[in-house]
Amino acid sequence: MEQEVILSVKDLEVKFNLRGRILHAIRGISLDLYKRESLAIVGESGSGKSVLVKTFMGLLDANGTITNGEILYDGKDLSKLKSEKEWLGVRGKEIAMVLQDPMTSLNPLKTIGYQVCEAIELHQGLKGAEAKAAAASILEDVGISDAQNRMHQYPHEFSGGMRQRVVIAIAVACKPKILICDEPTTALDVTIQAQILKLLKDLKDKYDLTTIYITHDLGVVANVADRIAVMYAGDIVEIGKCEEVFYNPRHPYTWALLSSLPQLGVKGENLYSIKGAPPNLFTHIEGDAFAPRNPRALKIDFVKRPPYFDVSPTHKARTWLLDPRAPRVDPPKIIRNLHREVSGHV
Amino acid sequence: MSEKKAPLLEVKDLTVTFGTRKQKFVAVDGVSFSIQEGETFGLVGESGSGKTTIGRSIIRINPTSGGEILYKGQKINGPISRELDRELTRRIQMIFQDPMASLNERAKVDYIVSEGLYNCGRHLSEKERREEVDRALTDVGLLSEFASRFPHEFSGGQRQRIGIARALIMQPDFIIADEPISALDVSIRAQVLNLLAELQKKRGLTYLFIAHDLSVVRFISDRIAVIHKGVLVELAETEQLFARPLHPYTRALLFAIPLPDPAAEKNKQLLVYDPEMHDYSVDKPVWCEIEPGHFVLANEPELQEYRKILEG
Repeated sequence: MEQEVILSVKDLEVKFNLRGRILHAIRGISLDLYKRESLAIVGESGSGKSVLVKTFMGLLDANGTITNGEILYDGKDLSKLKSEKEWLGVRGKEIAMVLQDPMTSLNPLKTIGYQVCEAIELHQGLKGAEAKAAAASILEDVGISDAQNRMHQYPHEFSGGMRQRVVIAIAVACKPKILICDEPTTALDVTIQAQILKLLKDLKDKYDLTTIYITHDLGVVANVADRIAVMYAGDIVEIGKCEEVFYNPRHPYTWALLSSLPQLGVKGENLYSIKGAPPNLFTHIEGDAFAPRNPRALKIDFVKRPPYFDVSPTHKARTWLLDPRAPRVDPPKIIRNLHREVSGHV
Repeated sequence: MSEKKAPLLEVKDLTVTFGTRKQKFVAVDGVSFSIQEGETFGLVGESGSGKTTIGRSIIRINPTSGGEILYKGQKINGPISRELDRELTRRIQMIFQDPMASLNERAKVDYIVSEGLYNCGRHLSEKERREEVDRALTDVGLLSEFASRFPHEFSGGQRQRIGIARALIMQPDFIIADEPISALDVSIRAQVLNLLAELQKKRGLTYLFIAHDLSVVRFISDRIAVIHKGVLVELAETEQLFARPLHPYTRALLFAIPLPDPAAEKNKQLLVYDPEMHDYSVDKPVWCEIEPGHFVLANEPELQEYRKILEG
């Protein structure tokens, strides 16, 4: 993997003001995004994964502010950008986003062609027939056959999977460097999901993209991600290469996420489920945020927030279990031989 | 599953159409299956395949245009008597897909859960009604003080539990679960699936479990039917289906299951089902039992091919 850093997040903190109460959505995240890699950010709803990527595009809601840290991209600190005008140079042109629900992210009153052309005219400076030709070729690229004719159709004439392809076409039409996919397949069927993931993978090579996938389903990212970051309560608790996170997970939360996948379920036995609920981010969290739900928690987990421990140069996790003084705790049996479990299953 | 037991629900040659003559759309075309008492029957297909329409016909929301639905041997589609209608409303309950959309935002949990009780003519006193609500909430793992709260105060998983409590309070025999977990987070999915499995054990419920994801259905179902464009293409016991999928569409669905294993995933070939691959111009496909309990839709040459797969 090429190690050139394209986007660098340092000590990022994001707070939301909700009717006078302060919600601590991102609690000090540092992250380097390498050029041409695909990074998957995995976590439960409310873990702050969407908020994190929204800061890259200046899309935080009005009551949210970056209170600390910086986001370095191309020599600029994105966290300092204020006006919409400044953001327009980044948004779409440099960093583009594919949203979760293709039913709501397209304008139902405009034709598909118009919506793709709009992005092309804005960002590439092409006009009229040229823009239309470019739009048609991009639509072909995302797997919409007969693009010339389908450009004149409206979103309601497309199926969910096709609509998501159009959304991807619009995002790619701006020739961005970074493509953020926020749960790109959650609203889609399994068969369509596999096709869309393959398409994103192909486009990444073709357009030289760096991609960020956001998802709550670890099962989905095994195929597409080079690196995986696991988020919990506004913090990255484990990050490493795809194989490292799947075959050698170290954080108890990653263990829990993997064990609860229905693919690993055995009929007649209970599926593993994570007890309790994610912590309240309005209050200050002492120690490890996952400790109250972790049956294997150590005493120190409730007192002191663990630092990152390196497992390998590319793999680190935020858990006291990796401290040399910690007792030996083995991951749950079901994920210890993940490869064998899965191949025995299907 | 013993073969002798009488089926709880039988669907015979069910056809559901929408629209009038000129723009007729056949959503479900000649579907037949039966569900035994106490089993979980999985119905899997992509969106638009008619799986939800079947569920809605059974609960009598969509009128049927052909075929029969028998519940305990009694015909329940078409015109039925008032008493039977009332009885069925209680006995067959439904759990919906999106817990954000299926609960009345303006009603308290207390009312949401007990709304069915008001309408089934059981004439409970206020105290009895409260007790029923308490019991239903405790059964699904919620606290009884939640009754005085509004739906927006709950997380997705808790809301789905409220949806389940609402179905349970009617003391049904048969529950249609229409994609009950596809709108939930993975970690919450496990909780809801476990709850459904536990309730089935405790109360002897029968489920029709509708989903688009085979991996989820596998964990909970005894038998699985695969539906494509309104037609059943394969039906078998769960492990039989996973071990020896015959119909190409079933295989495409199986291949689409994302595996939590990078090595296996990266070598996987994507299998796309193309209905054009069947040559049904001369030889029409038939619904045929190819081995005990394993049905598949195929014509004669395909059946021979499938038999070879089963032998080899």
